[in-house]
Amino acid sequence: MSEGTLYDEVWERHRVDTLPTGQDQLFVGLHLVHEVTSPQAFGMLEERDMDVAYPELTHATVDHIVPTADQSRPFDDDAAETMMTELEENVRDAGIDFSHPGTGDQGIVHVVGPEQGLTQPGKTIVCGDSHTSTHGAFGALAFGIGTSQIRDVLATGCIAMEKQDVRRIDVTGDLGDGVEAKDVILQIIRKLGTDGGVGYVYEYGGSAVEALGMEGRMSICNMSVEGGARAGYVNPDETTYEFLEGRDRVPDGDEYEELKAYWESIRSDDDATYDDVVEIDGDALPPMVTWGTTPGQGVGVDEPIPAPEDLPADKQDTARRAQEHMGVEPGDTMAGYEVDVTFLGSCTNARLPDLRRAASVVAGREVHEDVRALVVPGSQRVQKAAEEEGLADVFRDAGFEWRNAGCSMCLGMNEDQLEGDEACASSSNRNFVGRMGSKEGKTILMNPQMVAAAAIHGEVTDVRDVDRVDPEEVTEA
Amino acid sequence: MSSDASDGNDGPAEIVEHVSGTGVPIRGNDIDTDQIIPARFLKVVTFDGLGQFAFFDQRFTDDDEEKAHPMNEDRFRSGSVMVTNKNFGCGSSREHAPQALMRWGIDALVGESFAEIFAGNCLALGIPTVTADEATVEAIQDWVDEHPNGDVDVDVADETVTYGDTTVDVTVDDAQRKALVDGVWDTTALMASNADAVADTAASLPYVDDDVVANARARIDASGDDATANGGGDA
Repeated sequence: MSEGTLYDEVWERHRVDTLPTGQDQLFVGLHLVHEVTSPQAFGMLEERDMDVAYPELTHATVDHIVPTADQSRPFDDDAAETMMTELEENVRDAGIDFSHPGTGDQGIVHVVGPEQGLTQPGKTIVCGDSHTSTHGAFGALAFGIGTSQIRDVLATGCIAMEKQDVRRIDVTGDLGDGVEAKDVILQIIRKLGTDGGVGYVYEYGGSAVEALGMEGRMSICNMSVEGGARAGYVNPDETTYEFLEGRDRVPDGDEYEELKAYWESIRSDDDATYDDVVEIDGDALPPMVTWGTTPGQGVGVDEPIPAPEDLPADKQDTARRAQEHMGVEPGDTMAGYEVDVTFLGSCTNARLPDLRRAASVVAGREVHEDVRALVVPGSQRVQKAAEEEGLADVFRDAGFEWRNAGCSMCLGMNEDQLEGDEACASSSNRNFVGRMGSKEGKTILMNPQMVAAAAIHGEVTDVRDVDRVDPEEVTEA
Repeated sequence: MSSDASDGNDGPAEIVEHVSGTGVPIRGNDIDTDQIIPARFLKVVTFDGLGQFAFFDQRFTDDDEEKAHPMNEDRFRSGSVMVTNKNFGCGSSREHAPQALMRWGIDALVGESFAEIFAGNCLALGIPTVTADEATVEAIQDWVDEHPNGDVDVDVADETVTYGDTTVDVTVDDAQRKALVDGVWDTTALMASNADAVADTAASLPYVDDDVVANARARIDASGDDATANGGGDA
């Protein structure tokens, strides 16, 4: 078992008891709530005549079903309106803070938590959403949970969990031009497999990770779950503290210093023991794209798509079906694969720096005539900031649809969906069959700059071959 | 079909020592939650009626015509033990996935491996997810194919699966086995009985404000010792 890691330290500080099942009862420091997985849990609570134990440590927003075009109430979709109403009633009755669209703070739950400073190092964070692993970027222990566990947290402020092993993933060197955090995690999943992380929590480190801003670290931790790991984290450092200082929910003065001392104290020890250590070569990493229907089916944009028979035996059948679905041939590269839709959004890649880098590709160009291109900011705050600094105009002038905040096409629960066998270059996290709302639809995962390049060229394009402006100077181009 | 598991999931937890019933083989690795229950069926505020949508896009065409899928075959319609391969249930945390399978009639899963959140969601419903190696699982799938009316007995306590004259060893996660066999998988009631200790832990954390702890203690006092000890309400 691991020793001296952040995981061990934060786990121990939140452990209330060991249950008769052998699981530990862990106190939950932040419970994030959204409209899709919570209504049944509130219903179960009511059936048991129980109250929310820690409403002050609970925060709600609406993201999965919210329309990104016309958000006026009632929503056009009756089912979406019902879910919204149900959430409004539940949080009002329980006294839970709600970042709803009227506040200007609404957004994807994994964008909202960090940007308001709710997400902090050394907290245990849960949400009824598998991408809760995102919050690990701050050195929090963050887990996705199911609805019955949401009931547990609402009723008791705790979850029951078994401790897992810790795998250290060192990403060495520096990422090259056009290569991003997204490519790091796609490479990790390709190398370790979609189930390689089962039983593990991933600790990400090494020079390439430490050089990333918080948004990049979030992209990596976000997709831990695509690699089978329920949680992933990065040790907090000055980058983390600078991001947090001055945010809404972060205290100032002496209280801040006290918290910072706690954040420092939970970092993994230099001589910590890990259950496994893996090294990823950051220098050698190209921009990655997926050729299949699981996030593990990735390849460098200029590398050949593998033949199923060259893959491990247990991957061959899935690969054959995936290649048939995607209409790709072994030996070809993904570069040149035609796309009908591009989606810039999701809890993986819809934060301000993501949009800035994408805009650095778009500035002064036009979306390809056969492409429907969407930008869906991760939150209303991201949207507002992007509008104020002129990024929205860069996208709109190029022919992108500039939308309101939400999960949108990533999982096709609102109106934003693929139609028929459309292919979509996407900055999201899952390329499962049917994920974007059409059974025949095709999703190609990639980083935001690559999505922008695909939008301009109408096909998967190696962004390293595309002239870009400095992301900091996009709006002056 | 017989099972020790209760149908409901909101009452007191019951002992689930073994589950017995006919099988349903679902072949393939990395079967994700979007396949088990597509996202459009998540626009609901209860889990009622989800059973009909289990594996919907694998089972039906756009025109609602049945496709070739084990769950559409008459011989498997009363199956209650689903036999799966690697990384079953990967993807989202939606409890709608095991809820849909349970409401379709599944009481236990036997597979090569399960995604963790999915397995945790199953446990919360009292559904065992037991594992065995590839050859063992494929042999069970083949047997179920040939004997759709034959019982597959999943013994959670002994960590075995019996089909026909064959008994094989399987693995049940320790906490899962204990929870099911001792009937302590209702974690809400278990953890609610520790409310005072929870408040103590909260108070020890530098990021939890004193008034949050004070409010929690006031709520514990108001709810009364009896309700707390029993997990409240009808639990």
